[in-house]
Amino acid sequence: MTMTATHPTVSPLSIGPFTLDSRLIVGTGKYESYELMQEALDASGCAAVTVAVRRERLLDEQGRSLLDYLDLDRYTVLPNTAGCFDAADAVRVARLGRDLLEQLGNPGAGWVKLEVLGDRATLLPDPVGTLEACRELVADGFCVLCYSSDDPIMATRIRDAGAASVMPAGSPIGSGRGIANPAAIRIIRDLLKDPEHGGDADYPLVVDAGVGTPSDITIAMELGADGVLLNTGIAHSSDPISMAHAMRLACEAGYHGRRAGRIGKKLYATASSPWSGVITTIPGE
Amino acid sequence: MIIAVNDTPTDLPDHATVADLLEHLGKTDTPCAVERNGELVPWRDHDAVALQPDDSIEIVTLVGGG
Repeated sequence: MTMTATHPTVSPLSIGPFTLDSRLIVGTGKYESYELMQEALDASGCAAVTVAVRRERLLDEQGRSLLDYLDLDRYTVLPNTAGCFDAADAVRVARLGRDLLEQLGNPGAGWVKLEVLGDRATLLPDPVGTLEACRELVADGFCVLCYSSDDPIMATRIRDAGAASVMPAGSPIGSGRGIANPAAIRIIRDLLKDPEHGGDADYPLVVDAGVGTPSDITIAMELGADGVLLNTGIAHSSDPISMAHAMRLACEAGYHGRRAGRIGKKLYATASSPWSGVITTIPGE
Repeated sequence: MIIAVNDTPTDLPDHATVADLLEHLGKTDTPCAVERNGELVPWRDHDAVALQPDDSIEIVTLVGGG
Protein backbone atom coordinates (compact mmCIF):
# COMPACT_ATOMS: atom_id res chain seq x y z
CA MET A 1 0.00 0.00 0.00
CA THR A 2 1.18 3.49 -0.84
CA MET A 3 0.26 6.36 1.41
CA THR A 4 0.05 9.87 0.13
CA ALA A 5 -0.69 13.34 1.43
CA THR A 6 -4.13 13.97 2.93
CA HIS A 7 -4.88 16.59 0.28
CA PRO A 8 -2.97 15.58 -2.86
CA THR A 9 -2.92 17.98 -5.74
CA VAL A 10 -3.43 17.39 -9.43
CA SER A 11 -0.18 17.69 -11.34
CA PRO A 12 -0.07 19.86 -14.48
CA LEU A 13 -0.90 18.39 -17.87
CA SER A 14 1.98 18.56 -20.34
CA ILE A 15 1.31 18.43 -24.08
CA GLY A 16 4.33 19.14 -26.23
CA PRO A 17 5.75 22.46 -25.04
CA PHE A 18 2.50 23.37 -23.26
CA THR A 19 2.00 22.92 -19.53
CA LEU A 20 -1.55 23.35 -18.29
CA ASP A 21 -2.61 23.76 -14.68
CA SER A 22 -5.90 22.01 -15.37
CA ARG A 23 -6.63 18.68 -17.00
CA LEU A 24 -9.83 19.96 -18.51
CA ILE A 25 -9.83 21.72 -21.86
CA VAL A 26 -13.14 23.46 -22.39
CA GLY A 27 -14.84 24.67 -25.54
CA THR A 28 -16.23 28.16 -26.04
CA GLY A 29 -19.13 27.27 -28.33
CA LYS A 30 -22.87 26.99 -27.80
CA TYR A 31 -23.27 29.15 -24.69
CA GLU A 32 -26.38 31.31 -24.41
CA SER A 33 -24.22 34.36 -23.88
CA TYR A 34 -20.59 35.34 -23.73
CA GLU A 35 -21.06 36.33 -20.09
CA LEU A 36 -22.29 32.85 -19.24
CA MET A 37 -19.35 31.34 -21.11
CA GLN A 38 -16.93 33.48 -19.11
CA GLU A 39 -18.36 32.31 -15.80
CA ALA A 40 -18.53 28.68 -16.86
CA LEU A 41 -14.91 28.69 -18.03
CA ASP A 42 -13.92 30.20 -14.70
CA ALA A 43 -15.88 27.58 -12.77
CA SER A 44 -14.30 24.76 -14.77
CA GLY A 45 -10.83 25.86 -13.71
CA CYS A 46 -9.57 25.20 -17.23
CA ALA A 47 -6.34 26.74 -18.49
CA ALA A 48 -6.93 26.11 -22.19
CA VAL A 49 -10.01 26.80 -24.29
CA THR A 50 -10.90 25.73 -27.79
CA VAL A 51 -12.12 28.10 -30.49
CA ALA A 52 -13.13 27.77 -34.13
CA VAL A 53 -12.07 29.69 -37.23
CA ARG A 54 -14.95 31.16 -39.20
CA ARG A 55 -15.74 33.86 -41.71
CA GLU A 56 -15.65 37.35 -40.29
CA ARG A 57 -19.09 38.91 -40.37
CA LEU A 58 -18.72 41.94 -42.57
CA LEU A 59 -21.93 43.44 -41.28
CA ASP A 60 -21.89 42.95 -37.53
CA GLU A 61 -25.21 43.45 -35.74
CA GLN A 62 -23.91 43.89 -32.24
CA GLY A 63 -20.20 44.35 -32.75
CA ARG A 64 -19.47 41.78 -30.04
CA SER A 65 -16.70 39.28 -30.45
CA LEU A 66 -15.74 36.15 -28.57
CA LEU A 67 -12.32 37.71 -28.13
CA ASP A 68 -13.82 40.53 -26.06
CA TYR A 69 -14.82 37.92 -23.50
CA LEU A 70 -11.73 35.73 -23.35
CA ASP A 71 -8.94 36.64 -20.95
CA LEU A 72 -6.01 35.98 -23.23
CA ASP A 73 -3.54 36.38 -20.35
CA ARG A 74 -5.29 33.56 -18.51
CA TYR A 75 -6.22 31.06 -21.19
CA THR A 76 -4.13 29.36 -23.82
CA VAL A 77 -6.38 29.34 -26.86
CA LEU A 78 -6.53 26.09 -28.82
CA PRO A 79 -7.85 26.71 -32.34
CA ASN A 80 -9.63 23.79 -33.95
CA THR A 81 -10.21 22.72 -37.53
CA ALA A 82 -13.86 21.85 -36.95
CA GLY A 83 -15.88 21.82 -40.13
CA CYS A 84 -13.03 20.48 -42.28
CA PHE A 85 -13.70 17.37 -44.32
CA ASP A 86 -10.34 16.91 -46.01
CA ALA A 87 -6.68 17.33 -45.14
CA ALA A 88 -6.13 20.36 -47.35
CA ASP A 89 -8.90 22.35 -45.68
CA ALA A 90 -7.73 21.32 -42.21
CA VAL A 91 -4.19 22.50 -42.94
CA ARG A 92 -5.55 25.72 -44.39
CA VAL A 93 -7.75 26.44 -41.37
CA ALA A 94 -4.95 25.53 -38.94
CA ARG A 95 -2.70 28.10 -40.57
CA LEU A 96 -5.42 30.75 -40.43
CA GLY A 97 -5.89 29.99 -36.72
CA ARG A 98 -2.17 30.30 -36.10
CA ASP A 99 -2.10 33.63 -37.90
CA LEU A 100 -4.93 34.93 -35.71
CA LEU A 101 -3.32 33.81 -32.47
CA GLU A 102 0.02 35.28 -33.49
CA GLN A 103 -1.75 38.61 -33.89
CA LEU A 104 -3.16 38.21 -30.40
CA GLY A 105 0.19 37.25 -28.91
CA ASN A 106 -1.34 34.12 -27.40
CA PRO A 107 0.82 31.00 -26.98
CA GLY A 108 -1.96 29.01 -28.65
CA ALA A 109 -0.43 30.03 -31.99
CA GLY A 110 1.83 27.01 -31.59
CA TRP A 111 -0.78 24.28 -31.44
CA VAL A 112 -3.95 23.08 -33.10
CA LYS A 113 -6.79 20.71 -32.38
CA LEU A 114 -6.92 18.78 -35.62
CA GLU A 115 -10.28 17.51 -36.79
CA VAL A 116 -10.78 16.04 -40.24
CA LEU A 117 -14.36 14.88 -40.29
CA GLY A 118 -15.87 12.04 -42.27
CA ASP A 119 -19.45 13.24 -42.49
CA ARG A 120 -21.78 15.74 -40.97
CA ALA A 121 -24.18 13.28 -39.32
CA THR A 122 -21.68 11.38 -37.19
CA LEU A 123 -18.86 13.94 -37.02
CA LEU A 124 -16.58 10.94 -36.79
CA PRO A 125 -13.04 11.51 -38.03
CA ASP A 126 -11.88 10.55 -41.49
CA PRO A 127 -8.80 8.49 -40.55
CA VAL A 128 -7.02 8.86 -43.89
CA GLY A 129 -7.46 12.62 -44.05
CA THR A 130 -6.58 12.94 -40.39
CA LEU A 131 -3.23 11.21 -40.84
CA GLU A 132 -2.43 13.20 -43.95
CA ALA A 133 -3.18 16.52 -42.27
CA CYS A 134 -1.38 15.50 -39.08
CA ARG A 135 1.84 14.78 -40.96
CA GLU A 136 1.67 18.04 -42.87
CA LEU A 137 0.96 20.16 -39.80
CA VAL A 138 3.71 18.50 -37.77
CA ALA A 139 6.12 19.19 -40.65
CA ASP A 140 4.94 22.81 -40.56
CA GLY A 141 5.89 23.09 -36.88
CA PHE A 142 2.50 22.70 -35.27
CA CYS A 143 1.98 20.94 -31.96
CA VAL A 144 -0.92 18.76 -33.11
CA LEU A 145 -3.62 17.53 -30.73
CA CYS A 146 -5.46 15.08 -32.88
CA TYR A 147 -9.14 14.18 -32.63
CA SER A 148 -9.58 10.49 -33.35
CA SER A 149 -12.05 7.68 -33.11
CA ASP A 150 -11.56 5.20 -30.28
CA ASP A 151 -9.74 2.77 -32.59
CA PRO A 152 -6.54 1.74 -30.75
CA ILE A 153 -4.51 1.07 -33.90
CA MET A 154 -5.51 4.42 -35.37
CA ALA A 155 -4.35 6.04 -32.14
CA THR A 156 -0.87 4.57 -32.58
CA ARG A 157 -0.78 5.67 -36.22
CA ILE A 158 -1.62 9.24 -35.20
CA ARG A 159 1.08 9.17 -32.52
CA ASP A 160 3.56 7.83 -35.05
CA ALA A 161 2.59 10.64 -37.44
CA GLY A 162 3.95 13.04 -34.84
CA ALA A 163 0.87 14.20 -32.96
CA ALA A 164 1.69 15.63 -29.55
CA SER A 165 -1.51 14.11 -28.18
CA VAL A 166 -4.09 11.64 -29.41
CA MET A 167 -7.62 12.64 -28.48
CA PRO A 168 -10.06 9.77 -28.98
CA ALA A 169 -13.75 10.49 -28.84
CA GLY A 170 -15.52 8.93 -25.87
CA SER A 171 -18.62 8.99 -28.09
CA PRO A 172 -19.75 11.22 -30.96
CA ILE A 173 -19.29 14.98 -30.61
CA GLY A 174 -22.12 16.58 -28.70
CA SER A 175 -23.90 13.25 -28.13
CA GLY A 176 -23.58 13.21 -24.35
CA ARG A 177 -23.22 9.43 -24.44
CA GLY A 178 -20.07 9.42 -22.35
CA ILE A 179 -17.43 6.75 -22.75
CA ALA A 180 -19.19 4.38 -25.15
CA ASN A 181 -16.38 1.84 -25.27
CA PRO A 182 -14.31 1.88 -22.09
CA ALA A 183 -12.31 -1.16 -23.22
CA ALA A 184 -11.14 0.70 -26.32
CA ILE A 185 -10.00 3.68 -24.26
CA ARG A 186 -8.14 1.32 -21.94
CA ILE A 187 -6.39 -0.33 -24.85
CA ILE A 188 -5.50 3.04 -26.36
CA ARG A 189 -4.11 4.04 -23.00
CA ASP A 190 -1.98 0.89 -22.86
CA LEU A 191 -0.68 1.23 -26.41
CA LEU A 192 0.20 4.90 -26.02
CA LYS A 193 1.41 5.01 -22.43
CA ASP A 194 2.46 1.57 -21.22
CA PRO A 195 6.12 0.78 -21.97
CA GLU A 196 5.22 -2.93 -22.09
CA HIS A 197 3.08 -2.12 -25.13
CA GLY A 198 5.61 0.18 -26.73
CA GLY A 199 4.11 3.27 -25.12
CA ASP A 200 5.55 6.18 -23.22
CA ALA A 201 4.11 6.97 -19.79
CA ASP A 202 4.55 10.69 -20.48
CA TYR A 203 2.61 10.66 -23.76
CA PRO A 204 -0.60 12.63 -23.16
CA LEU A 205 -3.93 10.96 -23.87
CA VAL A 206 -6.89 13.32 -23.86
CA VAL A 207 -10.45 12.04 -24.23
CA ASP A 208 -12.30 14.42 -26.51
CA ALA A 209 -16.03 14.49 -27.16
CA GLY A 210 -19.14 12.81 -25.90
CA VAL A 211 -19.04 13.97 -22.28
CA GLY A 212 -22.57 14.39 -20.99
CA THR A 213 -22.20 14.33 -17.25
CA PRO A 214 -19.42 14.63 -14.67
CA SER A 215 -19.11 10.88 -14.13
CA ASP A 216 -18.14 10.51 -17.81
CA ILE A 217 -15.04 12.56 -17.06
CA THR A 218 -14.30 10.58 -13.93
CA ILE A 219 -14.53 7.35 -15.91
CA ALA A 220 -12.21 8.70 -18.61
CA MET A 221 -9.65 9.72 -16.03
CA GLU A 222 -9.98 6.42 -14.15
CA LEU A 223 -9.36 4.61 -17.43
CA GLY A 224 -6.03 6.41 -17.63
CA ALA A 225 -6.68 9.52 -19.69
CA ASP A 226 -4.46 12.46 -18.84
CA GLY A 227 -7.16 14.99 -19.57
CA VAL A 228 -10.59 15.55 -21.05
CA LEU A 229 -11.82 18.04 -23.62
CA LEU A 230 -15.50 18.98 -23.60
CA ASN A 231 -17.89 21.71 -24.66
CA THR A 232 -21.55 20.77 -25.06
CA GLY A 233 -21.78 18.92 -21.75
CA ILE A 234 -21.24 22.23 -20.00
CA ALA A 235 -22.64 24.75 -22.47
CA HIS A 236 -25.97 23.00 -23.03
CA SER A 237 -26.58 21.89 -19.46
CA SER A 238 -29.38 23.60 -17.56
CA ASP A 239 -26.88 25.42 -15.36
CA PRO A 240 -23.53 25.69 -17.14
CA ILE A 241 -21.73 27.31 -14.21
CA SER A 242 -22.71 24.57 -11.75
CA MET A 243 -22.01 21.92 -14.36
CA ALA A 244 -18.56 23.36 -15.07
CA HIS A 245 -17.79 23.24 -11.37
CA ALA A 246 -18.98 19.62 -11.22
CA MET A 247 -16.88 18.70 -14.25
CA ARG A 248 -13.84 20.16 -12.53
CA LEU A 249 -14.42 18.10 -9.40
CA ALA A 250 -15.12 14.99 -11.48
CA CYS A 251 -11.82 15.38 -13.26
CA GLU A 252 -9.96 15.66 -9.99
CA ALA A 253 -11.84 12.67 -8.59
CA GLY A 254 -10.93 10.51 -11.55
CA TYR A 255 -7.33 11.65 -11.49
CA HIS A 256 -6.87 10.74 -7.85
CA GLY A 257 -8.97 7.60 -8.13
CA ARG A 258 -6.78 6.29 -10.95
CA ARG A 259 -3.61 6.86 -8.97
CA ALA A 260 -5.03 5.46 -5.73
CA GLY A 261 -5.54 2.08 -7.42
CA ARG A 262 -9.03 0.66 -7.38
CA ILE A 263 -9.89 -2.73 -5.89
CA GLY A 264 -10.45 -5.66 -8.18
CA LYS A 265 -13.96 -6.61 -9.18
CA LYS A 266 -15.33 -9.82 -7.63
CA LEU A 267 -18.41 -11.83 -8.44
CA TYR A 268 -19.30 -12.43 -4.80
CA ALA A 269 -19.38 -10.21 -1.75
CA THR A 270 -16.53 -9.68 0.66
CA ALA A 271 -17.62 -8.59 4.12
CA SER A 272 -16.22 -5.35 5.45
CA SER A 273 -16.90 -6.32 9.08
CA PRO A 274 -15.06 -9.29 10.64
CA TRP A 275 -16.73 -12.70 10.78
CA SER A 276 -14.83 -13.60 13.91
CA GLY A 277 -16.78 -12.72 17.02
CA VAL A 278 -20.23 -12.54 15.42
CA ILE A 279 -22.94 -13.32 17.98
CA THR A 280 -25.57 -14.34 15.43
CA THR A 281 -26.39 -17.52 13.58
CA ILE A 282 -25.02 -17.57 10.04
CA PRO A 283 -27.27 -19.51 7.65
CA GLY A 284 -25.63 -22.75 6.56
CA GLU A 285 -22.92 -22.67 9.22
CA MET B 1 -11.40 47.85 -58.72
CA ILE B 2 -13.85 45.16 -57.76
CA ILE B 3 -12.74 42.24 -55.62
CA ALA B 4 -14.73 39.51 -53.89
CA VAL B 5 -14.59 39.61 -50.10
CA ASN B 6 -16.15 36.58 -48.50
CA ASP B 7 -18.07 36.18 -51.77
CA THR B 8 -19.35 39.78 -51.63
CA PRO B 9 -18.31 42.14 -54.48
CA THR B 10 -16.41 45.04 -52.96
CA ASP B 11 -15.20 48.23 -54.63
CA LEU B 12 -11.74 49.41 -53.58
CA PRO B 13 -9.29 51.99 -54.91
CA ASP B 14 -6.66 50.60 -57.27
CA HIS B 15 -3.51 49.34 -55.56
CA ALA B 16 -5.25 48.97 -52.19
CA THR B 17 -3.46 46.66 -49.80
CA VAL B 18 -4.89 44.00 -47.50
CA ALA B 19 -4.52 46.49 -44.64
CA ASP B 20 -6.46 49.07 -46.67
CA LEU B 21 -9.23 46.55 -47.21
CA LEU B 22 -9.49 45.78 -43.49
CA GLU B 23 -9.62 49.49 -42.74
CA HIS B 24 -12.30 49.95 -45.41
CA LEU B 25 -14.34 47.23 -43.68
CA GLY B 26 -13.80 48.74 -40.23
CA LYS B 27 -11.91 45.67 -39.05
CA THR B 28 -8.81 47.38 -37.70
CA ASP B 29 -9.62 46.53 -34.08
CA THR B 30 -10.58 42.92 -34.76
CA PRO B 31 -7.93 40.29 -35.40
CA CYS B 32 -8.55 38.97 -38.88
CA ALA B 33 -6.71 36.39 -40.92
CA VAL B 34 -6.80 36.86 -44.65
CA GLU B 35 -6.50 34.55 -47.63
CA ARG B 36 -5.95 35.97 -51.09
CA ASN B 37 -6.94 33.60 -53.86
CA GLY B 38 -6.67 30.68 -51.49
CA GLU B 39 -3.26 31.59 -50.07
CA LEU B 40 -2.74 32.92 -46.55
CA VAL B 41 -1.47 36.49 -46.40
CA PRO B 42 0.45 36.47 -43.09
CA TRP B 43 -0.66 39.28 -40.80
CA ARG B 44 2.78 40.84 -40.90
CA ASP B 45 2.35 41.29 -44.66
CA HIS B 46 -1.08 42.94 -44.60
CA ASP B 47 0.50 46.36 -45.21
CA ALA B 48 2.67 45.15 -48.04
CA VAL B 49 0.43 42.97 -50.16
CA ALA B 50 -1.44 44.90 -52.86
CA LEU B 51 -4.73 43.57 -54.13
CA GLN B 52 -5.55 43.05 -57.78
CA PRO B 53 -8.87 43.33 -59.62
CA ASP B 54 -10.96 40.15 -59.34
CA ASP B 55 -9.01 38.91 -56.33
CA SER B 56 -10.97 36.54 -54.14
CA ILE B 57 -10.45 37.40 -50.49
CA GLU B 58 -11.46 35.33 -47.49
CA ILE B 59 -11.46 37.02 -44.10
CA VAL B 60 -11.81 34.91 -40.97
CA THR B 61 -11.69 35.37 -37.23
CA LEU B 62 -12.07 33.27 -34.09
CA VAL B 63 -15.49 32.26 -32.84
CA GLY B 64 -16.77 29.98 -30.11
CA GLY B 65 -16.10 26.31 -30.78
CA GLY B 66 -15.32 22.97 -29.20
